[in-house]
Amino acid sequence: MKTVCNSFGITLLLIGQFALAQQTPAPKQSESILISGVTAHIGNGEVIENAAIGFNNGKITYVGSRSGTDATSFSKVINASGKHVYPGFIATNTSLGLAEIDAVRATRDFDDVGDMLPHIRSLIAYNTESKVVESMRPNGVLMAQITPRGGMISGTSSIVQLDAWNWEDAAIKVDDAVHMNWPSTFRRGRWWLGEDPSLKPNKDYAKNMQKIASFFNGAETYLKGEQKEKNLPYTAVKGLYDGSQQLFIHASREKEIVDAIAWAKEEGIEKVVLVHGNEAHKTADLLKRHHIPVLIPRPHRLPDSNDADVKQPFRLAKMLMDKELTVGIEHEGQMERMNTRNLPFYAGHFVAYGLTKEQALQMITQNAAKILGIDDMTGTLEVGKDATLFISEGDALDMRTNILSHAFIQGRAISLETHQTKLWKRYMDKYQGSK
Amino acid sequence: MRESLLALSLLMCCLAVSGQDYFPKNDGVSEEDNSYTAFTNAKIYVSPNQVIDNGTLLVYDGKIVAASTSASIPNNSQVVDLHGKYIYPSFIEIYSDFGIETPKRQNNFRQRPQYDAKREGYYWNDHVTPDINGIDKLAYDKKRADELIKVGFGVVNTHFQDGIIRGTSALIALNNEEGDARRILDESAAQHFSFTKGNTSKQSYPTSLMGAMALIRQVYHDASWYGNGGADKLDRALEAFNKNKGLPQIFEAGSMVNALRADKIGNEFGVSYILKGGGDEFERVAEIKATNTSYIIPINFPAAYDVSDPVSAAAIELKDMRFWNQAPSNPKILADNGIEFALTASGIKKPDDFRKNLQKAIEYGLSEEKALEALTTVPAKLLGKSDQIGSLKKGNHANFMITSGPVFDENTTLYEHWVQGNKHVINDMGTKDIAGDYTLNVGGKTYDLVIKGTSSKPKIVLKEDTLKLSSKINYKEGWVNIFFNPKKEGGTEFIRLTGQVGERNTLSGRAVLANAATTIWTARKKTDAEKEEEKKDDNKAEDNAPEVLPVTFPNTAYGFKKKVRQQDVLFKNATVWTNESDGILENTDVMVKNGKIAQIGEDLSAGNAKVIDATGMHLTAGIVDEHSHIAAAAINEAGHNSSAEVTIEDVVDPQDIDIFRNLSGGVTSIQILHGSANPIGGRSAIIKLKWGESADKLLDPNAKPFIKFALGENVKQSNWGDNNTVRFPQTRMGVEQVYMDYFQRAKEYDATWKNYNKLSSKAKSRAKAPRKDVELEALAQILNKERFISCHSYVQSEINMLMKVAERFNFNINTFTHILEGYKVADKMAKHGVAGSTFSDWWAYKYEVNDAIPHNGAIMHSQGVLTAFNSDDAEMSRRLNQEAAKAVKYGGVSEEEAWKFVTLNPAKMLHIDDRVGSIKVGKDADLTLWTDHPMSVYAEADKTMIEGAIYYDREQIPTMLENIKKERNKLINMMLLEKNKGMKTQPPKKKEKVHLHCDTLIYQQ
Repeated sequence: MKTVCNSFGITLLLIGQFALAQQTPAPKQSESILISGVTAHIGNGEVIENAAIGFNNGKITYVGSRSGTDATSFSKVINASGKHVYPGFIATNTSLGLAEIDAVRATRDFDDVGDMLPHIRSLIAYNTESKVVESMRPNGVLMAQITPRGGMISGTSSIVQLDAWNWEDAAIKVDDAVHMNWPSTFRRGRWWLGEDPSLKPNKDYAKNMQKIASFFNGAETYLKGEQKEKNLPYTAVKGLYDGSQQLFIHASREKEIVDAIAWAKEEGIEKVVLVHGNEAHKTADLLKRHHIPVLIPRPHRLPDSNDADVKQPFRLAKMLMDKELTVGIEHEGQMERMNTRNLPFYAGHFVAYGLTKEQALQMITQNAAKILGIDDMTGTLEVGKDATLFISEGDALDMRTNILSHAFIQGRAISLETHQTKLWKRYMDKYQGSK
Repeated sequence: MRESLLALSLLMCCLAVSGQDYFPKNDGVSEEDNSYTAFTNAKIYVSPNQVIDNGTLLVYDGKIVAASTSASIPNNSQVVDLHGKYIYPSFIEIYSDFGIETPKRQNNFRQRPQYDAKREGYYWNDHVTPDINGIDKLAYDKKRADELIKVGFGVVNTHFQDGIIRGTSALIALNNEEGDARRILDESAAQHFSFTKGNTSKQSYPTSLMGAMALIRQVYHDASWYGNGGADKLDRALEAFNKNKGLPQIFEAGSMVNALRADKIGNEFGVSYILKGGGDEFERVAEIKATNTSYIIPINFPAAYDVSDPVSAAAIELKDMRFWNQAPSNPKILADNGIEFALTASGIKKPDDFRKNLQKAIEYGLSEEKALEALTTVPAKLLGKSDQIGSLKKGNHANFMITSGPVFDENTTLYEHWVQGNKHVINDMGTKDIAGDYTLNVGGKTYDLVIKGTSSKPKIVLKEDTLKLSSKINYKEGWVNIFFNPKKEGGTEFIRLTGQVGERNTLSGRAVLANAATTIWTARKKTDAEKEEEKKDDNKAEDNAPEVLPVTFPNTAYGFKKKVRQQDVLFKNATVWTNESDGILENTDVMVKNGKIAQIGEDLSAGNAKVIDATGMHLTAGIVDEHSHIAAAAINEAGHNSSAEVTIEDVVDPQDIDIFRNLSGGVTSIQILHGSANPIGGRSAIIKLKWGESADKLLDPNAKPFIKFALGENVKQSNWGDNNTVRFPQTRMGVEQVYMDYFQRAKEYDATWKNYNKLSSKAKSRAKAPRKDVELEALAQILNKERFISCHSYVQSEINMLMKVAERFNFNINTFTHILEGYKVADKMAKHGVAGSTFSDWWAYKYEVNDAIPHNGAIMHSQGVLTAFNSDDAEMSRRLNQEAAKAVKYGGVSEEEAWKFVTLNPAKMLHIDDRVGSIKVGKDADLTLWTDHPMSVYAEADKTMIEGAIYYDREQIPTMLENIKKERNKLINMMLLEKNKGMKTQPPKKKEKVHLHCDTLIYQQ
């Protein structure tokens, strides 16, 4: 057997087709489109073979078998037999667009000065022209929750789609959640100051929890009053109390998770999402009882300790899904922005360790949408939802076959070209021309 | 007898002559005392294996005159009757900083680095200070001497514990009565080394362990050259180094792995270091024994962790818990293996703990004789001073202890410690030893009384029947005071006893009962027969030998109980990715014999081989990672812009869990590269991931020499902060000139040596040998095409530049690693013949990767460049199979060719493809069995084999995890028991290793 994949030619051809589109945001959908003959991955676990997906004015109008709709009623039919269609993937908890080059300070806009910064809003710094952002799209990542970093309360995130002229165009949900870094029960010695670099119980843990409690006590009291002199940080957490915003608590260890949930419940904050949750499996029952979804870290990380299961990061998804928790994948970590495009492969990786392919897909589509509170408009291929979807040559969770021919955001046919594909083409042209 | 008298009188003559005082005296008349002191009727340990019962020790003028049963006692002798008492030679502390202050660590975090030495007229590196003599810094510390004397030390070998080559130590007798003239036994007793640079100087070099190792080597070469008159300038450090050559050479290794490293250097220069270890030598005792040298072993055993909080306890790693359990057995294991060692109190903060830990080592099986040797005769021998100290032989210094019993027994009281004939009283000898088991009668009741501990600090256990009563004892100036609560339930009423030691060690006196009535009490010492009887009663009595958990290889989680063995294996019915012209073969068998691939075909018969059913699975060559930084204790030597003298081979860390994690991702061979802190980096280590083997066994003997070079932002220190702007080069323009300069010098160096080597032996003897330069030698190897460059590179300009530099010096660059703009100059690379080892899709992390594209691999490959994907990352290396698949996605490389990006192609780059990288009869059986198509995101490595030995087996993971869990639990229970016993504990902590990348600068030990 010789598995020789000749998609190189195919891809070049496709790029050629879109060469003119560049990365200019696509115009509004002007004609109804039917994608026909595909395997449709709905995002909720269902798969429809030989399916058709129709959409018009940016919304999905038909999902079903190919035979169940009249192709002639669509202005344009894309015959995609043998291909696969997926809802656009959603990246949660990423600082995408908030920095361009990690090592260049001038391009870093994700972490500001101060501990309690709920009033910091990621949306206004989100760079729609980022070369890193455009590199998401050829892999099927079409939406993202843009999240600031640092401090105890890092700030407020917003959710964007990744084909826009500016942040106002990009926003699909503004100021969706406040992000809090729960204090750590352990801390490392600062070796550069001559301290023992070991990880030791954090003596300031209780004190740091107290800081959070006291900030929120202050906010609650303030919000009950007349608010004559405006307090920006306090005002910025108002949505957590009236249910219009979610609180994303970033916590890793068992004790931190338990303490965080107890605090949030005590504080009367209804909508809580756990982010990280390395040890969420140890608290799964508690999370379930409180209906708290979990955004687990990308599997591309090392186990927490030398003693841990060497495959620990890969098994977490299955352990939590088995407990019927709503689970998604978040991105915080080393080189997180550029790595966000690997989202489908993170999901795929979990399949080798127990999930079904459709469950893995669900993590980055339906579950992500539910967790972010945008499942009424996106996350699955269902009639009435945004036509944010793409066509892949094959299984989009596998690197070899995640090769996109078309992608649509709210019905708009977006460019799949990037700074990178342009360079690729330019230099291949140079070499081919010189021969 | 006559003979001994004659000898005695001769000795006296000598003493009289040598003792002649020439100092003027203005405070009185001469008071010379010519008396002897004779200690009689003692049990004398002349040495650990020469014991005299009922003997006499005769001392004159600070020296031993005789130790025997038949010594005649001169008339002018003070006689001390030591009936029932013991005499031992004083201990020797061979590793000490007594009286010498060690400078504190300076925080030079936010300062401009200092590249040059501050000292003038010395070596070019401030951390090389063989000219420093500890004696010049010594200020005799009476208080500390007292502490040491109390513990049993009579002599210390002390040095200035700062720097890499530290100069000499002084051997000092702890003689508090007389001055330095008498105390100093040797002004330069030994020369000392370490791997840690000093706090005295802030000179940058070396910034790493491997730099320290290279520096030591260069010093040996330079000293030899200097000694042969090669230099035309004075170098006081090298002069001193040559002068110190004849001394014992003591090397502070600090750990088992570093001991092996130091020994390696010693072997290269014919020096047998006395290695100061770390207490973890038991973990690889066979390798330690093979060093065939002597050790100085600390006994600063770790305290148990406080594991009472299960959440915190979970953070403590198995290896650290194990070390707590196993460490006390270290001296026993060394002794059992016939390794010569001295013990040191170094590293122990409270002097009292030294005795406790010594007792612990004995409890864990170290014989008392060995323990005594390790504190007396061995250190004396190591220092070449057996004719002065370490035993009570005639003529030795009169350094000895008088004790109530065996010296290591916890109930033994140290009465007096004599150093150079001067008495130090620790406990009044007149005080009778009251330790023992007694029957106490008071107020018409009988109790069992056990007195333990030393006379100065006795402890008691008082029981009525089997019930323990709360009680206290106090013993001073011959008076015993005991009070206890007679009520089982506790309360505030006490019985108070006061009395003295009487006949036959009976204690008796007056008692005040709880009701204030007074009466008489007696405590009669039990006879041995009675004790024997009691012992029978509680026969269940604990089996006292402490449980020591078995050592694994390596001694961490996932370590193997036994090192993994090669076996003959038949993989049945696999899809075999040959990486050869056969391509991918379905339903194929692969036979592995004697570590090699023996046969490939259909329906092979197994014979005696173990059969692995590989139906539905894929068998491939093991993954080869061209660029890794795992399994190394150091990565960057950043102290110079060229560090060709350092080698990662010196610092391979065989205990790194990432080795096992890489195996779990199907990786079998890696190149551990030096980092990218300088244009000319260090030499590589190419290893196979033989988990459990020692560092030397990991090195691939088939590998060719490699060296890391680097270009761009890292070497010009662009992201090192504003203080790091003084080292040349700071621009890409400068980088080229660094190469031009070094290669030119290497060329000249090479020519000089070639000319010299051409000389006839006669001419050679007349000529001066050129200076040997470890750094230039490595560069000359490059010019001679004997060493290959793997160069960290990003942008096209610099890539092109380095190829041109190489061409000017008539050699080729072997590999560009990272090479993210390789696609822009792929044609030039193909022409030069350099390989490209790149990332699959990394970019955007710094300015120079702005134009990095994931299609890079595909483009280079398409233009005929030998292309690979590497990890540079402990996490990514576990899934390089997935990274290979990205060559299919980005740029459409065929699957078969993409797979070679992580197997055959990197093997070719490393010049090991004659042995690994493909499935071909005769090649090493370095194989990975995959559950699925190897590049599928759904694939998992099922088994990973190196040379026919299976180092990773997915099926074994659940058992391994279960064992880790059980062992952790067991150790936690042991530690809780320790805490309950009231023993000292330490807070939980996790000693995390820092994950190393190209740009990691931390100095690791």
